[in-house]
Amino acid sequence: MDAFLLQLLNGLDKGGAYALIALGLTLGFGTLGVVNFAHGALFMLGAFIAVLVNRLLRLETVTIDPDQLTPWGTPAEIHTPLVQAWLGDFGAVLLQYSVPLSLLVAVPIMLLFGVAMERGLIRFFYRRPHADQILVTFGLAIVLQEVIKHYFGANPIPVSAPPALSGSANVGEWLGLGPGVYYPWWRLVYLSFSIVMVGLVIAFLQFTTWGMVVRAGMQDRQTVGFLGINIQRRFTIVFGIAAMVAGMAGAMYTPIVPPDYHLGMDFLVLSFVVVVVGGMGSVAGAVLAGFLLGVLQSFASMNEVKDLLPGIDQVVIYLVAVVILLVRPRGLMGQRGIMED
Amino acid sequence: MQMTTLRQEVLFMAIFTAAVLTMPFWLEPLGASYPDLLQKFAIYGIFAIGFNILFGLTGYLSFGHAAFLGMGSYAAVWSFKLLTMNVIPAVIFAVVLSGIFAAAIGYVSLRRSGIYFSILTLAFAQMSYNLAYSVFTPITNGETGLQLSLRDPRILDRTLDEAAGIPFPEFFGTEMNGYAGFYFCAVLLIICFFISMRIFHSPFGMTLRAIKSNQSRMGYTGFNTRPYTLAAFVISGMYAGLAGALLAVTDPLAGAERMQWTASGEVVLMTILGGAGTLVGPVIGAGVIKYFENIFSAYHEARLHEIFSFMPEPLQNFFVTITAPFVGEGWFLTLGLIFMLIVTFLPGGLMEGARRLGGLVVRRKSQQEPDKLATAGVGAQDHG
Repeated sequence: MDAFLLQLLNGLDKGGAYALIALGLTLGFGTLGVVNFAHGALFMLGAFIAVLVNRLLRLETVTIDPDQLTPWGTPAEIHTPLVQAWLGDFGAVLLQYSVPLSLLVAVPIMLLFGVAMERGLIRFFYRRPHADQILVTFGLAIVLQEVIKHYFGANPIPVSAPPALSGSANVGEWLGLGPGVYYPWWRLVYLSFSIVMVGLVIAFLQFTTWGMVVRAGMQDRQTVGFLGINIQRRFTIVFGIAAMVAGMAGAMYTPIVPPDYHLGMDFLVLSFVVVVVGGMGSVAGAVLAGFLLGVLQSFASMNEVKDLLPGIDQVVIYLVAVVILLVRPRGLMGQRGIMED
Repeated sequence: MQMTTLRQEVLFMAIFTAAVLTMPFWLEPLGASYPDLLQKFAIYGIFAIGFNILFGLTGYLSFGHAAFLGMGSYAAVWSFKLLTMNVIPAVIFAVVLSGIFAAAIGYVSLRRSGIYFSILTLAFAQMSYNLAYSVFTPITNGETGLQLSLRDPRILDRTLDEAAGIPFPEFFGTEMNGYAGFYFCAVLLIICFFISMRIFHSPFGMTLRAIKSNQSRMGYTGFNTRPYTLAAFVISGMYAGLAGALLAVTDPLAGAERMQWTASGEVVLMTILGGAGTLVGPVIGAGVIKYFENIFSAYHEARLHEIFSFMPEPLQNFFVTITAPFVGEGWFLTLGLIFMLIVTFLPGGLMEGARRLGGLVVRRKSQQEPDKLATAGVGAQDHG
């Protein structure tokens, strides 16, 4: 039972990342009808914004203190991060909370990047075949990851979670399951973060007039246009929001997996599978499928399951995708008639 | 659709054959005339030709062709290990196995088209890759990769005579390294190109084009398209298997990374860059990418300083700083940029570029009915 719960939690936080990426993918598809192979790269960009913020905060001054001596008898060099020098203790706290802090930077940058990407590249591909869209965004993904590789190198860069959140939570005790079920705090934070983000996006689309117009545009773009609404501009902003969500998801993910330049590609393939399983263009479907597949993958990697079906942990997601595509091509929650063939 | 006569075909084949066989000579001034690279040209040329039979003719964009490439490599190495170091059984074994593999995957994937087909093939390829790394380690030797060893049975070789040391793949006594390896691959490339040309000009190829331009209309006329697309898929899978086998022939080891989806992406890049749906385009695309991959990645800052040395010092430093990220390690950045530009502005690839240039020249020469000539030039290709 303990193992079961632990696997469930393990799956949920991974599923959260899948859901957040797939959410953006499916929004881009539902609004603009564009298949964006560069979406994983946006996740990776977000992760590297967190790395960058962390590095900037760590810029330090070096003073030589003649009173203190190192064990070798030379005067000690004292490294003081600049923020700490300027802001004192508050600066030290900022340094510790660099990852959540990077969200503040990631939001405007990724929003702008998404809008610029849509205006600068994607809009020329509305009427081109899907194959062309896949190809050009695939090229963009390569470019983005190579740029990151050029500036940050090829090795994964670890970024630490705030010390207050870096231990493990005694989840077992809370739920009355007895001791032994520990779960990293940061993963719990990530899980709640992803749930909140998903909730915010859905609420924005579902309960605001602005979102309602967007949904109407997804149903029938032309009619909404006839009503005098500049639906194109809203779709562009939605694309920006999608990029922003992916970037935030990436920034928050850095303490869980140290990011490297091909992080995006690794997530891209999976999140495409997630979108297809959930149903192209369906927001709820993407979220549901994201969590579902995350949990499924986590259970498949339990030893008991692996003994029964060797290798299942490696392929379970793809197997599910194949079955879903063959049996129910529009996915779990896809709308009738949208991209069924 | 251009009509071709037998004479044109023979002429075309003769030119292509001559060009391929004399590659070591005319690539000399470009600095690409060493056997390793020449082998890569031929092998990836075959891979791209095969991919083009599927993508160029039917429009089905597969993102999983690397699975067949890897399959071919494994099959060839196993043939070396179990049977003989002769390359003929290895190649046949690889082509047949990857054909069967392609038939299985194609049968399932071709139930969907468009982006779903791309994702299905991607899913299958990733499954193969993951399994090759984990459960199938006894067959694939996991991360280390499959290698020849002294203890291999090599049944056919051992019955003839006892070999000493680890031998190299050979073709009835000729070892397949260096130029011998290149010419072996080159001959296969020419055969593959010939088959592909025959397919392009056959009623079968015509049917595939019709499927690309409007599949539902084909269905309305009572035409069952699936056997045709499946045939194209299997043929292109066999081409990929052959390319994989040749990779193993020229360097007898096989690793799972050949099945990774980046390898599938590479063949897509080659085909698009050269020109999907054209005959020689994919071969050119493969050559260009492999050439620049080798040449560009060998560049470094000192070399750049040499190139820009005709400029004054500050200007030289400026240009070196600008270009440095694009060469050496950054070659993929250049590739990605070129690829984006090609897809955006020149969907027909380098071949369309050449045709447009040719059209310009013709127009300037004749000065009559320029519009008609220009449309004829572009219309020869069937990009909708």
